[in-house]
Amino acid sequence: MTAMESMLLKGVTEAVLIFLTLAILFAFIRLVIGPDPADRIVALDLISVLIVAYLGALSIYTGERAFLDVAIAYALIAFLGTVALARFRERLAKKSRNDETHGEG
Amino acid sequence: MLEVITAILLLAGGLFCLIASVGMLRLPDTIIRMHAATKAGALGAGLIFLALACYYLELSTTLRSLATVFFLLLTAPVAAHLIGRAAYCSRVNLWRKTWIDEFANICDWCETSTEEKGPCQCETEKK
Repeated sequence: MTAMESMLLKGVTEAVLIFLTLAILFAFIRLVIGPDPADRIVALDLISVLIVAYLGALSIYTGERAFLDVAIAYALIAFLGTVALARFRERLAKKSRNDETHGEG
Repeated sequence: MLEVITAILLLAGGLFCLIASVGMLRLPDTIIRMHAATKAGALGAGLIFLALACYYLELSTTLRSLATVFFLLLTAPVAAHLIGRAAYCSRVNLWRKTWIDEFANICDWCETSTEEKGPCQCETEKK
């Protein structure tokens, strides 16, 4: 019974790793074709969340606990990167709009 | 029994991550796509880390994975708010069936937080 259950868990973990690989691929397609820079920021945010999930699934697959620390550190850094990119995009929009209004006036 | 619960949580998390990514690829508009990416993505990753907490079931590892879930649930709305604000300020094209745009008649709501400006001119400009 226990061997069957651990085989079930192994198969499910492999399937989830394949799902996450497909998901990162789809998000990467949106990162490439996204028409606006905001689309690319959203795609990068989703890719970082998916990589954190991938590290969790990989920790179950290999039985290595150190991947959990890697996931926590990666989630922190990815959040900072997303915030920085969003602030950059907003400041760029404000700057171009100020140029527009000054050009009109 | 615990491994069955782990497998169910893991499979649900992987499916939610896949659904988030398919929505990212197929939904029509930046802000609608953000809806799929932040909510379903954070739910999927959180379910995978709950599966991790069930799988190891030690104090230190379980606490660390629960802390990761808490951190994901804390940061996903903040990041979504900032990206949505940046996207709306940069005037991305909304979907053609969007029929509620609460900020459409308020001019320069992006600028009001950072710099002091005179009274709003866009009402008179429109007339």
